[in-house]
Amino acid sequence: MSDPSGEHGDPAVAFESAKLGVWTFLATEVLLFGALFTAYTVFRIRYPEMFRVEHAKLDRVLGAANTVVLITSSLMVVLGVDAIKRGKARLLEAYFGATILLAGVFLCVKYAEYAAKFHHGIYPRTNLFFSIYFMLTGLHGIHVLLGMGVLSYVIILSRRGRLSASYYTPAEMSGLYWHFVDLVWIYLFPLLYLVG
Amino acid sequence: MAHGTGHSRRAGIAVFVALLLLTAVTVLVSYVDLGLWNTVVALLIASVKASLVALFFMHLKGESRLVWGFALFPIVFLALILLGTLSDTMLR
Repeated sequence: MSDPSGEHGDPAVAFESAKLGVWTFLATEVLLFGALFTAYTVFRIRYPEMFRVEHAKLDRVLGAANTVVLITSSLMVVLGVDAIKRGKARLLEAYFGATILLAGVFLCVKYAEYAAKFHHGIYPRTNLFFSIYFMLTGLHGIHVLLGMGVLSYVIILSRRGRLSASYYTPAEMSGLYWHFVDLVWIYLFPLLYLVG
Repeated sequence: MAHGTGHSRRAGIAVFVALLLLTAVTVLVSYVDLGLWNTVVALLIASVKASLVALFFMHLKGESRLVWGFALFPIVFLALILLGTLSDTMLR
């Protein structure tokens, strides 16, 4: 096993530092999405009728299905991190692999939704509601894509025997990020698909 | 650094089931016209779901005050941004 402690010396301190680092990054993410949520709020208050009419063009069944997919993927991450805490590296790889698979399903559904909108001549420039819809879901989609990369990296680390019951920081940190991506969608789904 | 236990797995699955149920509720409620209350209910349910994810999946429940501070300060700033923007756009 590689030395997990790095320059911090104490592994427990290194773990806490990594955690604070991720939470700091997530704070910037909250404000990144927050700016768009603010735009949503302002325009929705100004043009309630337009939001009401336009949001009905989204498929709430597909949105709900994707919500279930992301929630399930988060559970896979929880079980994966739990597995490596018990030293079961192969199990971690299987669970994280399932997460990546579910993330792929999410993006495929998203692709189908976008394709259907383009087919009906609905683009980001169509109106304010769809500008915000494409911007928010697009930014979120990029986060899903990045998450797939991060989780793949953790699987590679695990394949190389770098993770164990006493050192699983990368698994835990990638999990924090993934849960955040899930958390953003938890707000996106009702605000865009359900109440527009 | 807590170690994985059967308890943490069961808790994870319980939270997962709660998230699924809340998703079903929020979708069903959206088919009923409650006027402005639709938005209130949707946001309330979303916040309960987000809290479950943060508390249990992101382990905020057992975290130190320092981590809580890191988690809450962006929310305070987001509230300030929202309030500041709305007070401008609505009162202009």
